[in-house]
Amino acid sequence: MSDIVLETRDLTKHYGGVHALEGVNFILRKGEHVAIMGDNGAGKSTFVRQITGVEQRTRGEILFYGRPVNFAGPLEAREAGIETVFQTLALADHLDVADNLFLGREKLRLRLGPFSILDYKGMREATLKALQKTGVKIPNIHNTIERMSGGQRQCVAIARTATFHSRLTIMDEPTAALGVQETAQVENIIRNLKEQGEPLILISHNMRQVFDLVDRIVVFRRGRICANLRKEETDGQEVVAYITGAKTQPEYADAA
Amino acid sequence: MADAAHGLGGLKYDPKKRAKPPELNVFIALVVIVAAFELLGWLLYRDSFLFNTRPNVDAIFNWARLNIIILQVSIVGIIAIGVTQVIISGGIDLSSGSVVGATAMIVMSFAQTAVVNGNPNPKAIFGEWAMDLPVIVPVLVGLGCGLVAGLINGLLIAYTRIPPFIATLGMMVSARGLSKWWSNGNPISFPTESYAAIGKGMMPVVIFVCLAVLFHLILRYTLYGKHTYAIGSNEDAARMSGINVARHKVLIYAIAGMLASVAAIVLSSKNLTAQAGMGVMYELDAIAMSVIGGVSLAGGRGSIVGTVIGALIFGVIISGFTFLKLDAYYQEMVKGAIIVGAVVLDQWRQRRMASRM
Ligand SMILES: Nc1ncnc2c1ncn2[C@@H]1O[C@H](COP(=O)(O)OP(=O)(O)OP(=O)(O)O)[C@@H](O)[C@H]1O
Ligand SMILES: [Mg+2]
Repeated sequence: MSDIVLETRDLTKHYGGVHALEGVNFILRKGEHVAIMGDNGAGKSTFVRQITGVEQRTRGEILFYGRPVNFAGPLEAREAGIETVFQTLALADHLDVADNLFLGREKLRLRLGPFSILDYKGMREATLKALQKTGVKIPNIHNTIERMSGGQRQCVAIARTATFHSRLTIMDEPTAALGVQETAQVENIIRNLKEQGEPLILISHNMRQVFDLVDRIVVFRRGRICANLRKEETDGQEVVAYITGAKTQPEYADAA
Repeated sequence: MADAAHGLGGLKYDPKKRAKPPELNVFIALVVIVAAFELLGWLLYRDSFLFNTRPNVDAIFNWARLNIIILQVSIVGIIAIGVTQVIISGGIDLSSGSVVGATAMIVMSFAQTAVVNGNPNPKAIFGEWAMDLPVIVPVLVGLGCGLVAGLINGLLIAYTRIPPFIATLGMMVSARGLSKWWSNGNPISFPTESYAAIGKGMMPVVIFVCLAVLFHLILRYTLYGKHTYAIGSNEDAARMSGINVARHKVLIYAIAGMLASVAAIVLSSKNLTAQAGMGVMYELDAIAMSVIGGVSLAGGRGSIVGTVIGALIFGVIISGFTFLKLDAYYQEMVKGAIIVGAVVLDQWRQRRMASRM
């Protein structure tokens, strides 16, 4: 077996006339942390939505650990082992931290189909453990999400992915709303994943963070990949040049 | 354990000062309204709304009035239990009143007795085969009617993405049409004794309370409840978390339809007859009870406990106006005002919640 975790071939998504994603060939290897960068609207979140089954792609192939996959929905992606922090966070505002952490895969005390009885105690204890493990600070876990700051919400969404052991973690701008300390926490979570050898796709606009954390940077521009750079062989200025369109790698020349 | 639960992060947190349950405010409103009628009663008629004033009766409270209030609201209250779940999930159900009408007509045709005072049943709908059936037959037929109506609502809403308002409005008109067509507008009467027992005396209250407790537990402690709140709170988040939103919505509307049909069974049994116009406007009363009880039309917020208190407030207001000897036209106008007032209150609550975020 090869060491490829995720591969997309000619992955394409059109929203009506909008070509949000066009012929993306992307590879992620075992234990690798890759950043996806690109301007607003470059198609980064769209790429994530195709992989995680939130939307159905227009064309192309997705291989997860060598097997072609067609996730009908995010639950299937999750069951296959893909944990995602979506840019929109995907939290239910009126529910509390534990409810959100376990939303869609609740711990149950008694299985009765849709009327299965919830194991509140088990979920609360696991939530506390998860929050402690990730160092996320929330004064009261019984608070509903709507009463939390933007950063705290983000922390909850991240704690959710970190709680469950995964075969691939995807984070779409996880630190966009976070303060200095919280950003550092999240970066620690990411380093932990690296130590445990869990692969990660990180979408971020923060150049310092990307250079601190990942092995490789893939740049998206107008729905196409325009550069694939090893961290050691590039620098911030060059990445910016790729993002803005001042430069394009020869092998992706048709992206321009 | 409790310490660890709240010791995360730098902010000070006092676990004793938990947020008050929102139902408390609704309960206070109930007390205030009762007190207002009590006061008006003494001022205008030298009579008590709540307490017994008849010397020949040995009781502290005016039980006759209290019983009427509870009995009055329990049938619509059964519908409101279903409507509450629908609204919490971010939807609306305008069809419940008509579903009551249609179900009552159909159920009653299977609940008739063959012989009335020694003569054949003058209102017989079907032939001999449908007479004096065991009570389980009409009950199952009734639940089936509600289930079908609810499934149609749910499937339309979940899979064709018609707004719930439109889908259930269509059902409201169609089901009313069905109830008028069923017996060409003739009432259907003379049920069997066992069928008549379902809604006899205080039975509607017993059924209402049992269903309220059952669904309170379901909403609070089961997957069904958690997912209902999650969908109403943030449908996209629910979907991304892997909840099968479409299937869950079908289930919610199916349950709401079945609860409307339970109300139809109880009502037709209590009245010993079914008419094409049964249940007119019940949907609005049920929505009003829910909203008064703190269920937010924006979804994600509310509870069965709140709705039960909301139903009592509704009953107290209607009964209070009778007590103050206001005539029926005023009562209708006031009812309209209560419904609009409840929605205004909901909007105001939502704005206040938003400004606190
Ligand atoms: N549901 C949709 N319907 C139509 N167009 C869409 C839809 N979703 C995204 N788009 C378009 O696709 C393009 C890519 O959007 P996407 O969200 O992937 O950008 P992004 O790279 O994540 O940007 P950002 O850095 O701002 O998050 C944008 O031009 C956007 O307008
Ligand atoms: Mg994005």
